[in-house]
Order: sequence, then structure tokens, then C-alpha cells
Amino acid sequence: MFELLGIPPQVLLGQLLLGLINGSFYAVLSLGLAVIFGLLNIINFAHGALYMMGAFVAWMLLNYVGIGYWPALILAPLIVGAFGIVLERTMLARLYHLDHLYGLLLTFGLALIIQGLFRNYYGISGLPYRIPDILSGGHNLGFMFMPNYRAWVVVASVIVCFGTWFMIEKTRLGAYLRAATENPVLVGAFGINVPLMITLTYGFGVALAGFAGVLAAPIYSVNPNMGADMIIVVFAVVVIGGMGSIMGAILTGYILGLVEGLTRVFYPEGSAVVIFVIMAIVLLIKPEGLFGRAA
Amino acid sequence: MAMNDAGAAGPKTADDAPARPAGMPMLHKAIFGILLIFLLALPFLVYPIFAMKVMCFALFAAAFNLLLGFGGLLSFGHAAYFGGASYVAAHAAKVWGLTPELSVLAGTAAAAFLGLIIGALSIRRQGIYFAMVTLAFAQMVYFLSLQLPFTGGEDGIQSVPRGDLFGLIPLQDNISLYFFVLAVTFGGILFLYRIVHSPFGQVLKAIRENEPRAVSLGYNVNRYKLLVFVLSATFAGLAGATKSQVFQLASLTDVHWSMSGEVVLMTLLGGMGTIFGPLVGAAAIVTMQNYLATLGAWVTIIQGVIFVIGVLLFREGIVGVISRWLKRPL
Repeated sequence: MFELLGIPPQVLLGQLLLGLINGSFYAVLSLGLAVIFGLLNIINFAHGALYMMGAFVAWMLLNYVGIGYWPALILAPLIVGAFGIVLERTMLARLYHLDHLYGLLLTFGLALIIQGLFRNYYGISGLPYRIPDILSGGHNLGFMFMPNYRAWVVVASVIVCFGTWFMIEKTRLGAYLRAATENPVLVGAFGINVPLMITLTYGFGVALAGFAGVLAAPIYSVNPNMGADMIIVVFAVVVIGGMGSIMGAILTGYILGLVEGLTRVFYPEGSAVVIFVIMAIVLLIKPEGLFGRAA
Repeated sequence: MAMNDAGAAGPKTADDAPARPAGMPMLHKAIFGILLIFLLALPFLVYPIFAMKVMCFALFAAAFNLLLGFGGLLSFGHAAYFGGASYVAAHAAKVWGLTPELSVLAGTAAAAFLGLIIGALSIRRQGIYFAMVTLAFAQMVYFLSLQLPFTGGEDGIQSVPRGDLFGLIPLQDNISLYFFVLAVTFGGILFLYRIVHSPFGQVLKAIRENEPRAVSLGYNVNRYKLLVFVLSATFAGLAGATKSQVFQLASLTDVHWSMSGEVVLMTLLGGMGTIFGPLVGAAAIVTMQNYLATLGAWVTIIQGVIFVIGVLLFREGIVGVISRWLKRPL
């Protein structure tokens, strides 16, 4: 096999795969943020905490109730989504008439509470979650070893991302949603229940975070802090992509995951900050974000 | 989109009464006077280190409040300047062997420089994006603090020596250090007060209330925003640099995002856009952390609960409510 700049292809492809995995999580999480932001105009700081909660719900379902990975993949997002709906109805809904920054502060407080509670009861060492049997092991593709579960994460995230994109951009429901994003008062005048739509949208966006959490559980150990570090990177991803477009949020997530993987190959020390550096460059060149609408 | 309006309007604050024309109002003079007398006696009443910690955080919160309460800009990354300055000051005192006042100055200058770079980039976005951008840059500073050769990684910079002030006055004992910290923080807070009540401060309030109108009046809004950002970062750095001399330590705690959240919480609890709110908020939060330290993760939970209650029911903050009762800006 060829070598690129002295890097064996196995290393390069391995890191690219790792980057693609991270990118899958960035994509699903920034998609959820973008969906919520579109209609509610708030940034959901609790997104990382709810992602962590998704992983924990899957772990609890397995260890307390004996419900395995595949049902959890549906159930955990539903539970997290329902929890999100309660949060929206009882708290967030009271803030819509105020400056949007209050929504950020509120969800930050919620994130502290959720993370603190899990940290209190489960410690910070992390809990193991087994890869489901059918996805354990891997395939030798000739040029690299491909663990089955990681391939599944990429496939599942792509399906969910493009399913969401299709629903929002191509269906009637999505058309209502996009209309309400532009002008909620007018859409309400046409007889569509906008407050209900807002609640369900928040629930859906949060469920996406829960889904990402279940996907992540077998890869990273289930840990109360897993969301906090993730969410800040996802914020940077969202700033780079701009939240104006659903597809933009998805693509930016995958691309930045890959860029991070590449950086880990060529300049490992920079991998933690490369996304922030890209954010700085984007702010200089195109402040509204790569896919953003001009502010 | 509606977001633009929100970014321009900024958070609503208690400080809506018209500013007095000249000089400091009697009420404020009286409060500052009583505060100073109280602080002069304080080290003989409580553990001086604790009192110094409160004063450092009071200055930090006051600096943050300059940006949020008067500039209408929510930075979620102020730990970068606070912690960044503490690293530089600790390094200056320990490795370069500078005297305390020069170490603090070095840390403050570093924070000002950092604020200039991050501020210039961040003010290119508004509102919610601004908060996210500042948070992301602060996280970058966190990773740099973890990885740069001089920061000591997970250990931080430990056992920073307490030198002699101006090379003359030894600061090794807590009481003499206390009066140094008192002079720095009290002076810093008075300076911030002066900024808020200067013509510059009035323009800031105008931008906070209605940015498009300020633009149409001919103000170069971005220059004002950048200047207030740099000033806020500088004083946050002054607080962080001073804290590193008190605790003889610079650590990752001070650059972590949770520190950025804490200063937001102090300001929100005390009352954003008030003069004395951040001081009250800082004292309340530091005291709470001190007494609840044994409860571990519960401190985080309680802080989260205060955040939620503060945002939902108590947006004026403690001093904001008192100010409304007295019908005077505080």
C-alpha cells in the first residue's frame, strides 16, 4: 500500500473513521440544536446533558429493567424527549416573551442540575455498556479493520439526519414547521396550533440528543461528564455551519469530525483546538457561518 | 429575523432610572464608605483567605457585569481571562521572580491582550451566537492551559511565592496581603463604577437598549463593543491574577467553563446592570460554596437550581429588587 507523507494508510484511515464517528455525533447534536433554534430561537445548553441522559437511560433500562440495546434505541429517545417536553412546558415556555439569552441561562442551569444529579449518584468513573452481540466484532476490509459497531453508528446517524432533513424540507408537516419558523403569528392565524408545534419540536430535538447518547453508550463509557465537553464543541460546529439550514448543520458536523480526525494524524497536539481555530477563521471570513443566512 | 432585535436589545436590567448629572450620588458614596470600613475590619473577624477570595470574585463579577449589565453582551467565556491571567501572574511570580504588583500587572496585561483578540472575533456575531463563540474560545484557552509547556498540565502552577510588594513590603502573612488585595479589588471596582458613569458608559447603555438607533446617531458601535469587551476582560484578569497571588496557585479550575458559568450566576443572583449586585452575588455564591463544600456534587445542583429560579422568578436579582423598593439605582 502507498504511504502518504510517511503516514501508513491504516493509521490515516483509522483516524478518519474515528473522525467520522465523532462527526456523526456532532451532526446529530447540531441538527437537534438547529431544529430547536429554528422554532424556539433559543440555544439549548442542556443538549449535552440530555445526550448524556440518553446514554444513562439506555444503561438503566439494561441494568434495572433488562431491556437491551435495540428497544433502548427507541425507548431512551422517547423518554428523554418526554422529559424535554416537561421542561419546555413548565419552564422554557415562560421565557418566550423575554430576551433569548434567558433561555440560554435557564438551560445552562438545567444542564448543571442534570449533570450534578447523575454525578452524585453514579460518580464520574463511567459505566460500561456492552456492544450488542449482533454488532460485536468487525470486518477486515483489506486495507483496514472496520469494527461493526462503529460502522453502524455512522449508518444510523446518517439515516436519522437525512430522515429529519427529509421530514423538514419535503413533507407537509415540515412545511408548517418552516412556515412557523418564519412567521409564527401568521401560521397560527391559519389555524395551526403553534404552541403545540413548539413543544413537540423541542421534544424532538431533545430526543435526537437522547438518540445520540444511546449510540454513544457502547463507544464511550457512560459518564456524567460526557455531554459537557461535547456540547461546547458542538456549539463551535453550529457557529461554523450557521443554524440557518438543516443540511448545513448536518454536513458541517460530519466534515468537522473528519477534519478533527485528520488533525489527529498530522498534528495530534492540535486536535483538541482545531475546531475552535476553524471557528475563528470562519468568523473572520464569513461571520454568518458557512451555510448561514446573512444576519 | 427576531434574533437581531434580541441581540441589540440586550437583557433588561434594573438600571433604568436616568443617570444623575455629575459626581457620585450620596447614597452610593455612603454605601462605598460603609463597605470600605467593613472591609478594613473584616480580616480580624473572618479567615482572611476567605475574605480575599470573596473580594477577588466580587471584582470578577463586577467586570463581567460591565459587559453584560451595561454592554448587553453575554460572554460565556470569562473564565479564559480570569484563569488565563492567573496562569501568567503565577508564572511571572514563580519563574520570572517578579514582585507581586508586577506579576498581577503581567497577568492583567495578558488578559487584556486575550480579550482584544477574542473580543475582536466575537463581536462579529450577536446575541446567542456571541455567547456560543465566547464559550468556544474560552474552551480553546482551557485546552491551551492544559497543553502549553509552562502551565503544568493537570497540576497547574503550584506553590507560587508571595513576594515583597514593590520589593519592600513583605506580603507573606495573610493580613498584609489582605490589604494589598483590598486596595487592588476596591480600586478596580471604583474604576469600573467610573467607567459605567462616564460618557462612554452612557453610550454603552444606548447601544444595549437600541443598537440600530445608536448606529444611526453616528456611534461606531463595534468599537464601543470591543472596548467594553477588552475592559471587562482586563478587570476579570486583574481579579484572576490577584487570586493566584492569594492562593499561590493557578489551576485548570479557573479556566474551566464552569467558572464562566459561576460568574454569570453571581451577576444574575446579585442583579445584572446594578452597581452593587455583582458584589452581593459573589459574596453569596462564595459563601455558599465555602459552607457546602463537603456536599460535593450537590453544590453544582444547588447552583443549577439558583440559575433556574433566578431566570424564572427573580430576574432582577437581590440588589435589583432592593433598588426597586428604594426607587434608586444601586
